[in-house]
Amino acid sequence: MHSFEFTRPENAAAAITVAGQAKTAQQGADIRFIAGGTTLIDLMKLEVETPARLLDINRLPFDKIEETPDGGLKIGATVRNSDLANHARVQRDYSVLSQAILSGASAQLRNMATTAGNLLQRTRCVYFRDIAMRCNKREPGSGCPAITGSNRTLAILGTSDHCIATNPSDMCVAMATLEAMIHVEGPKGARTIAFGDFHLLPGSTPHRETVLEPGDLITHVTLPPPRAGSRQVYLKLRDRASYEFALASAAVVMNLTGGTISYVRIALGGVGTKPWRSPEAEAVLTGKPAIAGNFRQAAEAALRNAKPQSENKFKIELAKRCLTHALQTAANG
Amino acid sequence: MLDKQQSNPQNPTRREFLSTTGTTAAATLIAAYVPVAENTSVEARTPGPIGPAIDGAVPISIRINGKDRQLRVDPRTTLLDCIREAVLLTGTKKGCDHGQCGACTVHVNGRRVVSCLSLALMHDGEEVTTIEGLGTSETMHPMQAAFLACDGYQCGYCTSGQIMSAVALLKEPCGPDDTSVKELMSGNICRCGAYANIVAAIQQVRKRA
Repeated sequence: MHSFEFTRPENAAAAITVAGQAKTAQQGADIRFIAGGTTLIDLMKLEVETPARLLDINRLPFDKIEETPDGGLKIGATVRNSDLANHARVQRDYSVLSQAILSGASAQLRNMATTAGNLLQRTRCVYFRDIAMRCNKREPGSGCPAITGSNRTLAILGTSDHCIATNPSDMCVAMATLEAMIHVEGPKGARTIAFGDFHLLPGSTPHRETVLEPGDLITHVTLPPPRAGSRQVYLKLRDRASYEFALASAAVVMNLTGGTISYVRIALGGVGTKPWRSPEAEAVLTGKPAIAGNFRQAAEAALRNAKPQSENKFKIELAKRCLTHALQTAANG
Repeated sequence: MLDKQQSNPQNPTRREFLSTTGTTAAATLIAAYVPVAENTSVEARTPGPIGPAIDGAVPISIRINGKDRQLRVDPRTTLLDCIREAVLLTGTKKGCDHGQCGACTVHVNGRRVVSCLSLALMHDGEEVTTIEGLGTSETMHPMQAAFLACDGYQCGYCTSGQIMSAVALLKEPCGPDDTSVKELMSGNICRCGAYANIVAAIQQVRKRA
């Protein structure tokens, strides 16, 4: 691991001032915030990340889950994943989020990993994680050997000729269906980013994964008021029954009026270069009967633009069946 | 247990053998971890020469198994390396060193974490419990006794991590069935495959609680 200076800023303003001096907030940042450390320490050991300064934000006052005035939820940046998943309000009103978090990582890692850290979780692509390999995400312009190489677990949606790395987060897939808002404070003040606008597609700049700029500190995430009577499901398919990243996953939030789908939000995990909300699938189902044929059509729509690589064509059908099953499970209540 | 073994030059322990035959590289490595205060029997068993304070070492205080430890650590030192190399509590094991195997599981402020993915500096002022703080060979923690009774191990390398996870699980939301236990123990890998007996040991303790 490369040497670094470790400090603990007194408050958010001090953290932002120091981090604002960074050249980038994206891959290769010279100044990094550290909270849980489960991604960053791992990547620093691999020398994929080599920050010169670490700012420990664990003792800043971002560790609370609170009700918002409108009946939604405010989740602090450093709330641990285990505390979020096991929170009574989350389990009752946003169960898709609880299910998603508990399907990821291990109990130990969930005790460490934080809300903001999970938003910024890095890909598990083996080429990204090995500095002996070329990787456009790690070293822009160096090439992507994954496209012709080991790509069984990599993305089929949102890929480009430069990068096919999968976003590995489960939490983010659920937050996409809940239409979470991400609250950031930076050198220019505070701003709010809609969940769908936070992560970037790789395009020709896969080293840029989010809209964050130097000094931007995620302070909290808000969830809108829960939808009364919504049925929520997170289904995750993987090589092992536990402690494994998704090959395909689906998050569903659905309201039924009689047998008709009056509201539905759908997102996929394990298949996209970012947490993959599917407005196409939602459009197929909204106002339609909650029946198996419609669920399959929604899945077809969600995967219509999928682009398989040499080893991951199976993911297209896997993701379709995953979403179909999740929708059916939600409809069954 | 290990702490009570007496140093014997004629019959050195594996650890002493490794440390006394250490190369320059090993000495350099050890120099990264400099105990500030040597006030316990554990620190008395220092692994060979302790070098001068290295550049950039930072003083921290961590309460480990009920004892306050004043240490100076290189900022890169993980909590795992701090526990093993500075405090010389070697019951906590290094497996993958990347948060994938659970061998390094300890409790921080009462919650289980993988100590390999955390920096020692992040835990200044916090309370850590390792396997050595759970019980002794004479007065075992009920979970240690259950692992023994149920044969919850073979080679033993993952065992301290398994037991630290299992003890933490007792206080976590967990269904009564074996499936729930397996799910919450999935972060601890056992390459000998003692899983069935590990689950049996945990269930034995839960049923008696």
